[in-house]
Amino acid sequence: MSTPPSNLLPILDRFGPHLNRSSPVRLATEAEPDRLVKTHCCFCGQQCGIQLKVKDNVVTGFEPWYDFPFNRGMLCPKGVKRYLQGAHPDRLLTAFKRDTSVPEGFSPMGYQEAITRVASEIGRIQKTYGNSAVGVLSGASLTVEKAYLMGKFARVCLKTPYIDYNGRLCMVSAGAGNKKAFGIDRAANPWSDIPKAELIWISGANVAECAPITTEYVWQARENGARIIVVDPRITPLARTCDLFLPVKPGRDIALFNGVLHLMIEKGWIDRAFIEQFTVGFDKVAEHVASWNPAKTAEITGIPERLIRQAAEWWGTARSSFLMHARGIEHHSHGVQNVLGSINMVLASGRIGREGCGYGTITGQANGQGGREHGQKCDQLPGWRDISNPVDRAHIAKIWGIAEPDMPGPGVDCYEMFRKIDKGEIKGLISLCFNPVVSLPDNNFIARALGKLEFYVAIDFFMNETARHADIVLPGSLQEEDEGVVTQIEGKVIKINKAVDCPGDARQDWRIVQDIAAALDRPTGFTFAEPRAIFDELRTASKGGVADYSGITYEKIERQYGVCWPCYSEDPGGKPIDHAGTPRLFEPGSWNVVAKGAGPFYFPDGKARFNVAPYTPPAEDVDTEYPLMLTTGRVVSQFLSGTQTRRIGPLVDQYPEPRIEMHPQLAERMGIRDGDWVTAESRRGDCTLQAMVVTTIRPDTIFIPYHWPGRKSANQLTISAQDPISKIPEYKVCAARIRKADGPPDWAGHLEPQQG
Amino acid sequence: MSVPGHLNFYIDPARCIGCQACVQACTECDTHKGISMIHMETVDRAHSTQTIPVVCMHCDSPTCAEVCPADAIKRTPDGVVQSARKPRCIACNNCVLACPFGVPKMKVEFELMMKCDMCYDRSSVGLKPMCASVCPSQALFFGTREEIEAARPQSAPIDRFQFGNQTITTKVKMMGPRSVAGARPEHLDVTAALDPNPPGRSISLGVLNGSH
Repeated sequence: MSTPPSNLLPILDRFGPHLNRSSPVRLATEAEPDRLVKTHCCFCGQQCGIQLKVKDNVVTGFEPWYDFPFNRGMLCPKGVKRYLQGAHPDRLLTAFKRDTSVPEGFSPMGYQEAITRVASEIGRIQKTYGNSAVGVLSGASLTVEKAYLMGKFARVCLKTPYIDYNGRLCMVSAGAGNKKAFGIDRAANPWSDIPKAELIWISGANVAECAPITTEYVWQARENGARIIVVDPRITPLARTCDLFLPVKPGRDIALFNGVLHLMIEKGWIDRAFIEQFTVGFDKVAEHVASWNPAKTAEITGIPERLIRQAAEWWGTARSSFLMHARGIEHHSHGVQNVLGSINMVLASGRIGREGCGYGTITGQANGQGGREHGQKCDQLPGWRDISNPVDRAHIAKIWGIAEPDMPGPGVDCYEMFRKIDKGEIKGLISLCFNPVVSLPDNNFIARALGKLEFYVAIDFFMNETARHADIVLPGSLQEEDEGVVTQIEGKVIKINKAVDCPGDARQDWRIVQDIAAALDRPTGFTFAEPRAIFDELRTASKGGVADYSGITYEKIERQYGVCWPCYSEDPGGKPIDHAGTPRLFEPGSWNVVAKGAGPFYFPDGKARFNVAPYTPPAEDVDTEYPLMLTTGRVVSQFLSGTQTRRIGPLVDQYPEPRIEMHPQLAERMGIRDGDWVTAESRRGDCTLQAMVVTTIRPDTIFIPYHWPGRKSANQLTISAQDPISKIPEYKVCAARIRKADGPPDWAGHLEPQQG
Repeated sequence: MSVPGHLNFYIDPARCIGCQACVQACTECDTHKGISMIHMETVDRAHSTQTIPVVCMHCDSPTCAEVCPADAIKRTPDGVVQSARKPRCIACNNCVLACPFGVPKMKVEFELMMKCDMCYDRSSVGLKPMCASVCPSQALFFGTREEIEAARPQSAPIDRFQFGNQTITTKVKMMGPRSVAGARPEHLDVTAALDPNPPGRSISLGVLNGSH
């Protein structure tokens, strides 16, 4: 049923992506904006402060917000041009229904009629196959209020266990690793600790392109005399001038961490007093890394032994340090082990919980942090509570006004949901803020699975590539059309402010969800009048949890330029307090809700955990048939699946189409020159793109950015292997091969760069 | 209105990450009519991710103005070399060819040379230019000498450049390593640095090629 029209051109013609270049209002320089709205960028997890210029209910540009402390006016090109997503010709202004009688495959319909149809189809499927036959996909670019509401909607209104979110592609390895080691999942330090460290260790993070503002913090550390170590298969822009570059083979990070810890122990570069007082499990880890001598580490990682020794010496002997990592070590079938390996290095050094001594994972999406705390994950309830824990269930069931046994148990990760769709167990799907046919690995499988659904409703502001498979598309809201909070890279909760009203029939997403609940005749718990009311319920629901938001208010956020959770509303004795929040975790003597004074970490004994992190090779290693490693990632001018950024002209101009990065040694061997059409193949799919021949990548590795759909999509090739704990897919390594293409692909000259 | 004397523009190419936030933001300045007046140079992408943001250096004796037959390019007393004046500019391209830094751009559609004016509408009221406001790496910095000295102890400013026989002094300052720039060299010899294969460019290649 849910199969898009085979001829793409009419649908591209009607729904885009087309490019918005500039607004006429913007170019009329005499046109003063009606007002400036202080808010934040709609894209990455840094959540830079920005002021939007508004005229006649249209965002017409921006003005730097110099006073916001995190970015002090700085923005990347995406933030500069984000305003062009508004007043866009592709914007969905009505609901649409599948209509095979028109070439574009969809025709407009009334909003209320669409809601009625959605409710009747969901009702029919649940009556026929059971409540669990309907699944929900949501996203980490949603505000905390919406993320909370989606979790509640699935469990209370739909009574289905099957909800998961696109943070599954993003933050879950870091989250699981942090919970295992620290008992809490959040960057441990404010970014202001970075310039105070004398050693910066960056593993698997293309900071300059994926978290550009963080660059300034790193450069400031360098000006203050810090050394910078970068571990990456590519010499990224930030790596170009680092003090030590470790060109790791994709998928071998854990071996490096174990090898460095081996040398730290051998040379006595560990903080025995800290290990003794604040951690458990060191001896087992020490025993495990005993075999990871430099020669073995060098052989596995592909990093010369002398560089490993140098890195270990600098890390081992530093007096202060900041270690950060991102998807480069997390997007693996052993992503959690990679994270644990890096944390072992930090714990052994004793350098955490103090000024200038830090650790943090770099969040990807706007609400990559807050979106993983309040119940849109398949196994989670608000406040980082556990849906399998009877106490947590009882607490949330009471707030939701339902009987605890009526609350579904844990569901499955989003990829497993597609396997269930493929097997016919899930028949109906609701998606919001998720574009899986571009973003999930082995995406030809995803497209096939969507075709097996009896009913699929997509909520979005543009017709994203997955929505083309929908039966009904509901017109949702842009970030600037709603208010709410998100939690940024430092664990700081900040406030998104509404700048303009939704155009046409478009509605704020939370209203759409509540309208569906009402049409299902299950409105109880879904009658919020504004985001503030949702936030108030969430504050109560999170109270007493690890991610405690109970002391946070919109007003406190504005007053303090953000509030870092946990932020308590009561002191340990139960007396109401005005808590400023917790910018730095694990400070000696600090109190938390789990340890209750026993120590700074979030376990009953207050101690951090060392975890043995065994090395395993990638799920699919190279062989003679597929001798290259394919790794994927981002470019600075595009964001995630490109639903927004592939519609913004100046950003598309900056890097129009994906290219295959390869080393000249490899290119020469294959008879390929820069700019040639090259076909990259894996066991799952292929794509033909132009070559970008550069010495800044390992000769045994190729790189393709993943923001494009269809035949330009890198995820045709990637593997759906997942980490057994976090269920994150292995985007960062699979086996591939390349050959010079016979000629340009079919789409060359027919599709615009942003289309596919 | 003029740019306050205590505010300076500094470029530190070592910090540049090639994101082009500066180029994109330049088009958003209220007086630039959606056109970027600056650009970013990719030095040699085949071998390096090095990039350099190119804004006007605002020379004390601007070559662009000196070669202009129509007297269309003015340097205001605060040292800012303004974009060409529309009524005077004859679109002859002299300035484009003569500028040693490659800054002026001929906009054929307007028959007008347009160049970086340090976002005069902003900087003349003490606001940062758009590029230096947004630059995520602060490779472009606008502020006081005291601020940059305090924030960047490893670097020092240079404002004299040698191109062949021509020595140019600029309002905009280029940051270099303190070990070099801090020794107060008479000038930076740009011509001598034009060696197509300077040593050290491919600094990390040995590592990637497997030669330990």
